[in-house]
Amino acid sequence: MTPRLIEVRQNVLKQNDLLARELRSSFRDAGVTVLSFVSSPGAGKTTLLEKLLTELHQKMNVAALVGDLATENDAARLARSGAPVRQIVTGTVCHLDAEMIRKSMVDWRLEQIDLLLIENVGNMVCPSSYDLGEDLRFVLMSVTEGEDKPLKYPTIFNTADVAVITKIDLAQAAEFDRATAEQNIQSVRPGMPVLRVSAKTNDGLANLLKFIQTAREAASELSSFTPNEVSTGSGSDRAEPLPIADLRLPAGNAATVRD
Amino acid sequence: MHELSIALSIVDAAAEVAARRGAPQIKAVHLKLGPLSGVVKDALLFSYDIACEGTALAGSRLLIEDVPVVAYCPQCHSDQRIESIQRFTCPGCGTPTADVVQGDELLVTALEIEP
Repeated sequence: MTPRLIEVRQNVLKQNDLLARELRSSFRDAGVTVLSFVSSPGAGKTTLLEKLLTELHQKMNVAALVGDLATENDAARLARSGAPVRQIVTGTVCHLDAEMIRKSMVDWRLEQIDLLLIENVGNMVCPSSYDLGEDLRFVLMSVTEGEDKPLKYPTIFNTADVAVITKIDLAQAAEFDRATAEQNIQSVRPGMPVLRVSAKTNDGLANLLKFIQTAREAASELSSFTPNEVSTGSGSDRAEPLPIADLRLPAGNAATVRD
Repeated sequence: MHELSIALSIVDAAAEVAARRGAPQIKAVHLKLGPLSGVVKDALLFSYDIACEGTALAGSRLLIEDVPVVAYCPQCHSDQRIESIQRFTCPGCGTPTADVVQGDELLVTALEIEP
């Protein structure tokens, strides 16, 4: 007997995507702007977030979630900024998912948060599959990692909204070729804004802060915006991120977008 | 390496559909997989057998259909197949485009069951 075929259409990550949409919607209702940060281990996520939290803590209610396989070291580092920080210890799981975000924020009052920064587990592969309900996803690459990082990990760059080149104070020592790196970013994700920063010398930090402020204003305008009905079809209809094309980059740190 | 948890989700999803249909024996699961899903095909196939062990899907096959990446070209006003995810440019006119319309699928499309 030949087997019978039942047609179905089920997104394998449907549960995560639905939950991420719910999160995004409750974040927007409460006026929380959510930015997530992905990179390989050691690209400087925690150091950069430490800087951002310290700077932003004085101006707005900023909070952070930080994911790691083990230890609460990063949360302890980030908490020095004075901002509320919570560690998500994933155990053996190589990425954060929407349920982890939901669970870790159960007792936080969203109305008391303006900006939430989420540091994903250091991993350039797995986090790309999971929507966390963020407004913008930042992908970081440090100058010591090689200009071809975007070509090696195109999916994470393609699913992110903004690229940040970190540790630019080491650019010369690492013989970092900025033009090639930015060209590679534009190749895998045309039009992607690229920012450059050193969390050590603070070079580029003001521009990044300005960018975040602009993103926050854009998100506030969207807070009354009702997303389309939830679709359970392909992953292609991921919840809509901020209209990144409308975000203007601070002068002097603009992306080199090819013609 | 998150393919094992993806495989477990596929098994759960398939078992749920099967249960709704009176729990027939599932012979195969059809899956559409796009390169932008972030899931590696070989790792998923490897994980699938492990995920099926001890479930109603034990012994079933995972049949993966690779879905190409398609992006909209604003210059040609049409959907174009992107040959390499390292280079998002229109194959026709060379215009860069990030307007992906297909290619991040991770979608169970059909189940083969014993009649």
